[in-house]
Amino acid sequence: MQPDWVSGPKLRAERLFADYGGAPVVKDLTAEIPAGEITAIVGANASGKSTLLRALARLLRPSQGTVYLDGADICCLPTRSVATRVGLLSQSPRVPDGVLVEDLVRRGRYPHQRFFCTWSKTDDQAVERALNLTGLAELRGRAVDELSGGQRQRAWIAMALAQDAPMMLLDEPTTFLDIAHQVEMLDLLARLNRTENRTVVMVLHDLNQACRYASHIVALTSGRIEAAGRPSEVVTADLIQRVFGLKVSVVSCPVTRTPLCIPYRYIY
Amino acid sequence: MTRTASLCTASATGILALAVVGLVVGDFPVPAREALATAIWDRGSEFDFVVNSLRFPRVVVAVLAGICLAVSGALFQTLIDNPLVSPDIIGIDTGAAAMAVAVLALGLDTRLLPYAAFAGAVGTAGLIFVLSWRRGFSGGRLVLVGIGINALLTAVITYMLVRFPIERVSAAARWQAGTLSSSSWGDARTLAIGMALLVPAAFLLIRQLRVMQLGDDTAIALGVGLEPSRLTVIIVGCGLAATVVAVVGPLGFVALLVPHVARALAGAFSGGVLLLTALLGAVMLLSADLVAQRLFAPTVLPAGVVTAAMGGPYLLFVLRRFNRAA
Repeated sequence: MQPDWVSGPKLRAERLFADYGGAPVVKDLTAEIPAGEITAIVGANASGKSTLLRALARLLRPSQGTVYLDGADICCLPTRSVATRVGLLSQSPRVPDGVLVEDLVRRGRYPHQRFFCTWSKTDDQAVERALNLTGLAELRGRAVDELSGGQRQRAWIAMALAQDAPMMLLDEPTTFLDIAHQVEMLDLLARLNRTENRTVVMVLHDLNQACRYASHIVALTSGRIEAAGRPSEVVTADLIQRVFGLKVSVVSCPVTRTPLCIPYRYIY
Repeated sequence: MTRTASLCTASATGILALAVVGLVVGDFPVPAREALATAIWDRGSEFDFVVNSLRFPRVVVAVLAGICLAVSGALFQTLIDNPLVSPDIIGIDTGAAAMAVAVLALGLDTRLLPYAAFAGAVGTAGLIFVLSWRRGFSGGRLVLVGIGINALLTAVITYMLVRFPIERVSAAARWQAGTLSSSSWGDARTLAIGMALLVPAAFLLIRQLRVMQLGDDTAIALGVGLEPSRLTVIIVGCGLAATVVAVVGPLGFVALLVPHVARALAGAFSGGVLLLTALLGAVMLLSADLVAQRLFAPTVLPAGVVTAAMGGPYLLFVLRRFNRAA
């Protein structure tokens, strides 16, 4: 059985400018997030990756331009209605003192709860599913601040999954994880995309991971889109030179056949 | 029964037990059976005045004020995500005290006192909120502004205490310590009204607060309207603190410590934990008041002195643990 959001919500930025009260960080950016796919936003430090993601998640109100969710300005939509369509894993979520894994995941049900209604069966099912999908069912009674980095990140993913939004935005979901946990995290997201048709949009630092897991890449340089499209089509030595100022050789990954960038020495 | 439920039951039992002790003990000896009978069914007994006019309202005021203070503290600590925040730290109590001291020092009608204290508390809360607002709201800024205002108002109070005649300001000094010894049924009624309005409101905010605890970004992503929710939490928290300070004067440490104890016993913020916080607030204030009455009897201490004496060491203990964790 296919869920009813199989086509997925449509998220689009049009002529977007965004700043933090100073010079614009994102400049005149137009982009469309393909529904049902994994999109990776890549770029050098301070290129506006996270700012773009924050604008897409309505955490940051654009100074000009508009983010459209299913055709409507995301800033004008009721925030709960956005929350049932777009979930977020922020870069530095806060773990409340002593919170248990299951309690954390249950908080993800917020947008589905009405003022006086109590916890429903649907809420329970969503929480169970999120715990099972992330392999946390056995750790449900553990305190989140006692988990390992990888488990903790999975707990946050489970919280976002319980939100039950067909689209998930993730701001550098692999930071602070070792390589095994990075792969575990990205495989989990790939699986969610494949089996549940969830649209995934993430900011990634590692270009090779972006090429490997994303079907759509958005490369930014100083707040503008340098290239967007399938990794195999857009990731070239020339693009990497322009985006990161780094000379690389692009080869085909022996494992996944996706582009693999191997840097030369940095020229000072 | 879950852990939180058993803790709540235990606290409720504790409240009842302490309330009975509060009715029985005092300077005037009343046999326990007679005291209970007089309080509950035997209105015409010879102890009617002592029990029903002096002790019973005092016990009720302690319970209600304890609940209000503890819930207020829990709201602030959860909102600002800082266990060292409470309405008395950020100057709400001092604002009330400044107005109350002004009433006493200027020799105005003392019936104005609760209203002036309430206005002082609400005014201070509004001032803190306005001064800490800059393109939105930040908990850290609110605390810093609050501490600054607290210092400023303390200076104003000190000025009034040295400036005005001693016979007037000695009453002010006494009021400032926070005492339950002159509690009346009217005080209990005022507190009951405040509690009936604001404590249910606090419980309705639990869901938002639990999400707001996860950080601003996550809260917005989950569909919480941050600014309106924060404003509501602050209004309810300040309202509770202002009601208490208007009736019994500034009682330190209850709002600061009780949410701590509840968290340590029952875990992360939830409806059950807030209920436990409320009940423990009543337990703390009831026991503090009993100690204040009986420790150096017949000399009666202000309850605020006892809460501070209980709170100071616990605060140091918490800070020590905090430092070790950091």
